[in-house]
This record gives sequence, C-alpha cells and structure tokens, in this order.
Amino acid sequence: MTEPILSATGLTKRYGKVVALDRCEFELYPGEVLAVIGDNGAGKSTLIKALSGAVQPDAGKIRLEGRDVRFSSPNDAREHGIETVYQTLAMSPALSIADNMFMGRELRKPGWRGKWFRRLDKGRMREFSRAKLSELGLMTIQNIDQPVETLSGGQRQGVAVARAAAFGSKVIILDEPTAALGVKESRRVLDLIQDVRSRGIPIILISHNMPHVFEVADRIHIHRLGKRLTVIDPKDYTMSDAVAFMTGAKEPEAA
Amino acid sequence: MTSADHESTVRDRREEAVAAFEENRGILGRIQHTLHVTPALVPLIVLTAAIIGFTWYLGARFPEQLPLIMQQVQIVGVLAAAQSLIILTAGIDLSVGAIAVFSSVVIGQVTFRYGLPPTVGIMAGLAVGSAIGAISGWLVSRVKLPPFIVTLGMWQIVLATNYLYSRNETIRSRAIQDEAPMLQWLGAKPNEQLVNWIEASRGIEWERRRPAETDSAVLDFLWATNITYGVLVMIALVAILAYALRSTAWGRHVYAVGDDPEAAELAGVNVKRTLMSVYILAGAICAIAGWIMIGRFGSVSPSASTGVVGNIQSITAVVIGGISLFGGRGSIWGAFFGALIVGVFELGLRMAGANAQWTYLLIGMLIIGAVAVDQWIRKVSA
Repeated sequence: MTEPILSATGLTKRYGKVVALDRCEFELYPGEVLAVIGDNGAGKSTLIKALSGAVQPDAGKIRLEGRDVRFSSPNDAREHGIETVYQTLAMSPALSIADNMFMGRELRKPGWRGKWFRRLDKGRMREFSRAKLSELGLMTIQNIDQPVETLSGGQRQGVAVARAAAFGSKVIILDEPTAALGVKESRRVLDLIQDVRSRGIPIILISHNMPHVFEVADRIHIHRLGKRLTVIDPKDYTMSDAVAFMTGAKEPEAA
Repeated sequence: MTSADHESTVRDRREEAVAAFEENRGILGRIQHTLHVTPALVPLIVLTAAIIGFTWYLGARFPEQLPLIMQQVQIVGVLAAAQSLIILTAGIDLSVGAIAVFSSVVIGQVTFRYGLPPTVGIMAGLAVGSAIGAISGWLVSRVKLPPFIVTLGMWQIVLATNYLYSRNETIRSRAIQDEAPMLQWLGAKPNEQLVNWIEASRGIEWERRRPAETDSAVLDFLWATNITYGVLVMIALVAILAYALRSTAWGRHVYAVGDDPEAAELAGVNVKRTLMSVYILAGAICAIAGWIMIGRFGSVSPSASTGVVGNIQSITAVVIGGISLFGGRGSIWGAFFGALIVGVFELGLRMAGANAQWTYLLIGMLIIGAVAVDQWIRKVSA
C-alpha cells in the first residue's frame, strides 16, 4: 500500500478536563476523498483544526509526506501546502473575486513599480483567478471584478474551493461545504470535489450530510469520543450503518 | 462512476446557467450597481450640483472663490483623510482634531522653547502624532478595546496634555514669521511666488503688495488661483492614499479588515499589524494637519477650535463622502469631496446672505441622506 500523504498518530488535545482528542489516529492517502463524520462534540472539528494549524495538539505527531511537521498557525499549514475552506468561507464580501483569491498573498508588479511603489499586478491576478475558476467549470461567473457579495452561495463556495485548489498543492480540507446550500448548488460543489480529486489533490471532507458523503467519499473516517472509531468503505456499508457507528448503536467488528 | 462519465456530466452541467446575472435590472438597479462600484460618485454629483447651483444664483463671483474654499477646508480635508483610514477599518477616531492641535503645539514649542531648528520641530510633531496613533492602535488591536472608547478617552487625554504642556501659551504669528518662517511654509502661496519670480526675472519689482491687475492676463490668472502649499499637500495626500488603498496589498488588507476581520485573519491577513499601521499613519496625518494649521492661522494656539470641532467635522466629511461607518466600503476621494461639499455650502450660503444656521441644517440633512444612500447601496449584497 502507498504511504499516506498526511497522517497523525496519538493526537491528544485537552481543554481543561474535557478531552477533545484522545490519542487519535488519522491517515489520508494520495488522490482520495476522505470523509470525516461524527456526532456533534465527537472532536472532529478539533481534529481538523489540529491538521490545519488552527489548534496546537498537546501530544501526538503529524506527518506530511513522511516528515514530521508542527503547525503554529493556519498560515504555517498553508505554507506547507494544506489549504482549508472554512465553513464561513473566510472571504471579504465587499472585495472582488480576484482580491479574495489572492488575499494575503498578493502578486506585485515586476520591476520598479512593484519594488518602489508596491503596485499590485492586478492583470496577472485577474488572469490567474479566471483560469482557476474556468478550470473548475465556474465560468458562469462573468466578471472577475465583481464583489463576492453579489455571488450566490454556491458560487461563493466555488470561489473558496478554487482558491484552495489554486494554492493547496498537497491537501485541501473542506469544512461542511454543502451545509448552507440548496440542492442544485450542492450538486455543483460535489462535482467540484470530484473535479479537484481527478486532478490528483486529496481532500478531507467534513460533512453531516450522509448522501453527500456516500456519493463522493472513497473512505469514511468515523470519529467517536475523541478518537477514530473505524474507517469504512462506503461501498461495504449503508448510511444507517454509518450513523449507527457514529452514535454508538453499533460497534465495528474488530479488524 | 467512471471518470469519463463524470467528465461528461460535469461538462453538461457547466452548460447550465446556475446563476446567470439578470441583465435587465432596470434603471434604478443599474444606478445602484454603478454606485456600488464607484462609491465616490454620489458626493461628486452633490458637489458639482452645489457648485453649479451657487454659480447660477450668485454669478461668476462664486466660482472665483473656489480656491478660498480649498484653503478653508484644507485642515478638515487632511483630518478627513486620517478619519477615512480609521473608518475603513470599521473604527472611528474622535481624537483627530486633538492630535492635530497637540502636534502643532509640539512643533511650535520644540522650535521656540528649546530653540531647535524648525525641521526638528516638525519632525517632533510628526513623531508625537504617530506615537499617539500607535497607542490608540495598540489599545484597539491588542487590548481589543472598542475604537470609540479608546479615541474618546484619547481626545480628552491629548487635549489636556496639550494645555498642560503648552502652559496655555500662544506663539504669535509675528514671532514665527521672524524666527522660523518654515513653520508657516504650508500657508505660503506658490502661485504668488511664481508670478513674483517671473516678474522679477523680467526686471519688474512691485513695492509692498503686488496689485491684482498687471499687463499680462496669464500672470493675472496665476495670481488669482490663490492656492497654498497646504492645499497642494492635502490633494497630494488624498491622491497617495487613494493609490495605496486601491493598488497595494496593504490597501486591500485595510478594506478586508474593515469588512470582516475574522475572514481576513483566516485568509492570511495580519489583522493586528494592519490595524497598527492604520492608526499610526492616521496619527502622522493628523500631525501634518497640525503643521497646516500653523500655515493657515499663522500662530500656534493650544486652544484652536480644531481640537474640539475637528473630530466632528472630519466625521461629517467622511460620512457625506459615502464611506460606510460599518467599514470596508467607500473611497477616500469621497471624503475629500465631502469636505469640499461642506466648504461650498458654508461659503455659498454666507455669500447669499443666508443665516449661518441654514448651513448646519443642510449639512445635517446631507449626513442623514448619505447614510440612507449607503444603506441602499449595501442592499446589493442582500
């Protein structure tokens, strides 16, 4: 079997007396969509925060491409090639799509204008944004300069995913990408996920929506009581099995 | 599902118009969209209409006074530039006027009490203004106090320090003119200097004040433009800030922080550093306004009215200029036009012989109207 691209062993995080992560294990393999499901309070968001650098674990190791890494901030994880699409999308509604795509990593014009006047290379940023959006089939967005607030929920999600796909060279984490969307828009986001996977970037998908999880995931990581209960193949189990594992109504057979 | 299958379904779906934008928005919708993209347009239209209206009523003697209006609004205009930066980050600065007065006092006292060169005095004024901005910025970004509270307190503290430090002494215009004319440099008129220089090079010397009419129409016109270096500094400052806000990463970060600080942080913007830079820069700009005050009034007075009314005047200009008090929206040109609108109304109504209260009444209506327009524009997002 291939080596996992991102893995964690013995991950532990305590908040006072509450143990959010209890020696948790985690593996993500190249090119797969791994869904992470779990009941509220099971600790899956703490796990994701630890992997994206927003939370520093008390104990345990994170390995990226076989090397030990420690993320002190989301920016740190981002520099290692791990991009996260937050549930809130982290976009500035009044700014344009291109501005948002490059927020925090703007391109400057080459030569003296960039060096002395710190002038942004808006042309290059627009072109890049347009290319990335059309790569993901989002060219229904006509104008790259329109403010993000004029986009629909699905389009915003699309822009956020495109931003992650454009810069996330190794891993993309999607936090509840379909939670706020209608049926049709959810479809597009699921297509988007498969598009990104077909380009070889592995995805961690956190979702409460079982049909969506079973549709796109290659493997499902079930989180319970701060640790990984089991990993199942969606082809071998039903959705009610997964829910039963999540809630503790059913125990997985010892592997 | 095979990958070829998936490819084709995705391609099909790409053809669907998931969210085509309605092209026929109607005239009102199109106006709303235009204003959304160019927020400085409303104040520019109001300004143009006001100038045309007063010219129609008062005749050519009104547009002749436009340079005077520029001189009258230069202090408020510069303060409004500082205020714009703070308000763009969803803050508010009630201390801009106090910082300007205190900076002008520092410039004067360092030069006269300690006998240092005027350059050092000006540097000291700029340093004090920036330092006050840095304290406010630190309290807002690190201690997480609301900007309203921080700057309300800072207003009192700075104004009190100003009186204590200056011992409530005024430095007279005459003394500055004789010993440190550089402090009044921003009040000097480059157009008059240019005309005098041209005439001197032609061998014409005028005794005492030069008359407004000479034998050359070009020189007459130049003489009549009647601008000061302070006005030029105001315009240059607004132009530089407009460039920085629009075309540099720092400017985009200022807007992003004002729009949604959490989103900006997650997207990789250093929110604290951006806020610090904005408050320090605003403090320095207020100090420049303090220097302009010396040029405009001639003297250095710790009890200049700017310390009390400057705050409200600058906020008025910013609001009339269409910058959203909720942050992240608006353009600094709008604030500049806002300051000019106030100046045009003040002088225009005075020339028309109206009671001064009409000015305040109209400005009050403009403030409420501007915020109503802002709310309407923001509905685009809903």
